[in-house]
Formats: sequence, structure tokens, C-alpha cells
Amino acid sequence: MLLRLLRNLVGALFLLHASMASAELSIEIIGAGENQIPVVIAPFSGDEKLAISIHEVIVNDLLRSGLFRMIDAEGESFNETSEVVFSDWLMSGAEALVIGSVATEESGRIVAKFRLLDVLKQTELIGQAISASAGQVRAVGHRIADLIYEVLTGDKGVFSTRIAYVNRNGRHYRLVVADSDGYNEQTVLSQNKTIMSPAWSPDGSHLAYVSFENDHAEVFVQSLYTNQRKLLAGFSGSNSAPAWAPDGKQLAIVLTRQGGSQIYLIRPDGSDLHRITFGGNIDTEPNFSPDGKHLLFVSDRGGSPQIYRMLAKGGPVQRVTFGEGSKFSPRHSQDGKNFVFNNLVKGKFYIAIQDFKTGQVEILTEGGWEKKPSFAPNGKLIMFASEARERGILATVSSDGRVKQRMFTQSGDAREPVWGPWP
Amino acid sequence: MKKLLVGVFLVSFLAACASKKPIEPEIEQAPAPVAEAPAPAPAPAPAPVVEVDPLNDPNSLLAKRSLYYPFDVSVVQDSDKLIVQAHAKYLSEHPNRTVRLEGNCDERGSNEYNLGLGQRRADGVRQLLLLGGVKASQIETVSYGEESPMDSGHNESAWAQNRRTDIKY
Repeated sequence: MLLRLLRNLVGALFLLHASMASAELSIEIIGAGENQIPVVIAPFSGDEKLAISIHEVIVNDLLRSGLFRMIDAEGESFNETSEVVFSDWLMSGAEALVIGSVATEESGRIVAKFRLLDVLKQTELIGQAISASAGQVRAVGHRIADLIYEVLTGDKGVFSTRIAYVNRNGRHYRLVVADSDGYNEQTVLSQNKTIMSPAWSPDGSHLAYVSFENDHAEVFVQSLYTNQRKLLAGFSGSNSAPAWAPDGKQLAIVLTRQGGSQIYLIRPDGSDLHRITFGGNIDTEPNFSPDGKHLLFVSDRGGSPQIYRMLAKGGPVQRVTFGEGSKFSPRHSQDGKNFVFNNLVKGKFYIAIQDFKTGQVEILTEGGWEKKPSFAPNGKLIMFASEARERGILATVSSDGRVKQRMFTQSGDAREPVWGPWP
Repeated sequence: MKKLLVGVFLVSFLAACASKKPIEPEIEQAPAPVAEAPAPAPAPAPAPVVEVDPLNDPNSLLAKRSLYYPFDVSVVQDSDKLIVQAHAKYLSEHPNRTVRLEGNCDERGSNEYNLGLGQRRADGVRQLLLLGGVKASQIETVSYGEESPMDSGHNESAWAQNRRTDIKY
């Protein structure tokens, strides 16, 4: 009883610490996975010497997935060579135990060594050393969390991936790239004109996006390494909705220069522009299938906005969404078996997922102000723009709808999020 | 009487703009004071005729520079067609004047869909102006989608203000 009380107290203190350490960001987690794996992440020896606690990064990553239950190490610190008495840990209910150490080399490089142990089988699952250049504590923590996640769940972890979103503060817009937990943000573009629809190139090296810097919507492509940018489409009217083909050799974009919003293909260097949808309607928000053969897009050709599918090279068009409400912003899952989209019903936006084969639709959220869903590269989480406390925030939901989290960024509204590819 | 009308117009204009977040006050839209005719000279010489640009006449249909739409609709409403015709007439009589048509939407829809819808609203007005004899080179269209709301509220009265094409000279 006393032990439990103590644990709760330690847990409460830990949460408090976590929220204090993140002045620029706070994260709330709601719900839990069906079968949470009880784990102990023991504090790494040497962690206290780092500016950022690597232990905290690992624990927060795993907690955000909703698939783990943290059992406290009760203040004990180990390193990867410590002798482990499995029977002690078995009593705590833990099924897995992580022990390790972290040190900064003379060169400034950070080296973390860790072992992941199966408490039930009393064996080592993995043992690795991860290193990174100075200041990359978060990157090391995310990498370790990815490995733990992969070994314990069988799916690749996405903690090392990045996201892009638009921060709006009054009339000021910033295009931002950040770690998938919202930390470590970098401003890609900052201006007093609208920015929208960021899209990652498949190799993560470039962002395409829409900017109103010339007082109408134009599509730009920018390198995240050199920051060099190029106007991809600046025709009269609106140029928007960029989407990369999975091979990175083409983008689908939407132009209004020939009447209506129509989908075109273009190479990243601006060559070989050709139109693939025809009609005076709104055809927009194209998204390539993982094999690059098909496009999903939104069209109002049937009266209300619905989602349609066609061959990426052009051809006949097939409607794929039916039922109540308007449908927007489709995105294929990585295995191509289903797609996530936005359903607007009676003034409320929902995030929904539809199976291609069965046509079955599952609503993943309670509904409200929820827009622009995109899959994490492992398909297990979906990020979207939401609203809470009268602010635009980023939110995620697990693809089974069980675990939700909300991320409050520093100031202003976070909108138009899009999850990046594998690093 | 004219002054009173100007006042009334200003009040209604301000009311239409009463938003929490004023964006780019459209100065040019507020009717400019009408040039007063000079006092009659004692000599019987004829009073000089002051040419008033009808664009600046608050009583003219040309003073109306915003067209409103129902939800997810992009055709100009019958009630607004006379306004568009007045602008078509003015522009065809003043071929040196140019106009920018700015389509806007309420926030119900994806950003991208609304960008398309706003563009279609602006292009719909453009089409009517062309039919009215305006040259294509006089017209520019742009869509702001849902990104430049007149009223940032999340209710029908705000949305009604935001479903709009603005005619800007």
C-alpha cells in the first residue's frame, strides 16, 4: 500500500516535471491501447549530466503511443552492465526492462548504450550503442524509443520521424518542421501572407507548399537542407494542393488557369506539365497511392464534395465515398489498403478511415474542428489539426481510434500538419 | 440629405465589417466625400461642371463591392446581378480601369476545397463581367479560400459574411 502510494507520488512528480520542462509545448494523452505492455525504463546513468533528460524523451515517446504502461524504477539507476535480478522486477509486474547509460565524449558526441530485457523470459532482447553529434540528445532518445517500440510491438517506431505544419499568429504565418513530438522546431518560411498545404518529398529532403506571397496561391518547392526554393507553379488564378508521387519524380498540383480547379502532373523542375482531370468542377487534394498508380482526390462533380479515385496517368474516375456529409482531404495508408479522410457532417468535422476492399468506414474521433489527417509512416497513428481552448492545435489518434493526444504549441494556431516520411 | 445618406452608408458598412479581427480595412470602399459644387458666382457665367466619377458615388450600385453566397454555392445570386451589371457597364465605359475579384469562403470545408470554391466564385463574377463587355485584360481573379475571413467567428452570421466575392478597383 505504502509502495503504491509512493509510486503514485513519484508518478505525479514525474508528470509535473515533464510539463515544466516543456514551456514551448504541452502534450495531453487521452485513452489507452487495448493491451498495454508494462515496462520499466530505468533512469540512465549519466542522464543528469545532459541538458535534456534522455530518459524523459524515451518515456514520453513510449507513453504517447498509448501502447505502454510505465512502471517506475523507484529511483534506482542502472547502466547497461548492471546485474539484473529478474525476480525483483517480476514482482513489479513489468514485462520488459530497459537499462543503460549515456555519456558525452570529449568531441561533444553523445553516446548512449542500452539493453532491453525480457523480464518474463529473463533474456536480453536487444543491446545497442547509439551515438549522435553534440546537442542531439532528443534524436538519440527517439532512436532508442523506436528500437524498444519495434522489438516489443513488432511495428517500426515513428519517434524519429518529423512533421511539418503551419503556425499562424494573427496574420503572421510560419512553415515549421519539427520532431514528431512537436519539439525541435525549425522555421522553413516566415511571412505575413498565407502559407498552406505543405507536402513532404518522399525522401524527406524537400517540402512543396502553397504561399500567397505574390497575393495569390502559388506552389513552391523548397530544400530543407539548403533552404533554396523554387516557384513550381505561378499561373494566373490559384495554384495549389501539391502532392508528391512516391518516386519523387512527379507532383500532382491543382491549377485553375483553364477554368475550375483541375489536377495536373508536373516534374519537380517544372517541366512536363500536363492536365489529367477534365471538367468545370472542383477537383482537388490529390494523393498518390503507395505504388504511384492511383490518385485519390476530392471532387464536387456529383453535387457535394466526395472522394474519387483514378489512375495517376489519367482515365476514368470512380467515386469511393458515399453516405452522409461532405468528404475532404483523402490520404492513402502506407499499405494501400485503406485511406483516411475528413468527413463534415452537420457542421462537425470527423477524422474517418475507409477500407478500400469492403468500403467500411470507421469514425476515429468525436468530431468538432478536426481537419487535414495524415498517417505516420508506420500507419499506426494519424495526425490532424484540431482546436482546443480556442486555439488551433495538433492532435493524433491511433488508427484503431483508442489513443488520442493533443499537442499545444508555443503560441498562435498550429494547422495543416503533415507527417513526414521515414528518416 | 446626401450627407445623411453617406452617414447611413458608412454605418452599415462599418456594421458589415464589425469583426473581432479587423483585416485590411478597405479604405477605398468607403465612399469618398462628393466634391461640392462651388457657390454660384455673382457673374452670370455658367457654373463649371464638376465631373464625378460614378465609382465614388455612394448612391450608385457601384458602391456595392461585395457579393454574398449561400453555403457551397458559387453562382452570383439573382439579387446581386444588378450590382455586377453596374460594374460591367462602368468597366466597359472605362477600359483603362482594372478590377481584382477576390473570392472568399466560410471555414466549412478543407482549405484546398475552399480555395477552389473561392476561385470559382471570383471566376463566376468574371464571366458575368466579360458577358457585359469588359475586356479580359481588365480583370484579375484570386481566391483566398477560407484564409481571409471578414468575421473570424464560428457561427452562421460570421460564415455568411465570409462567403463573398469582393470587387476591388
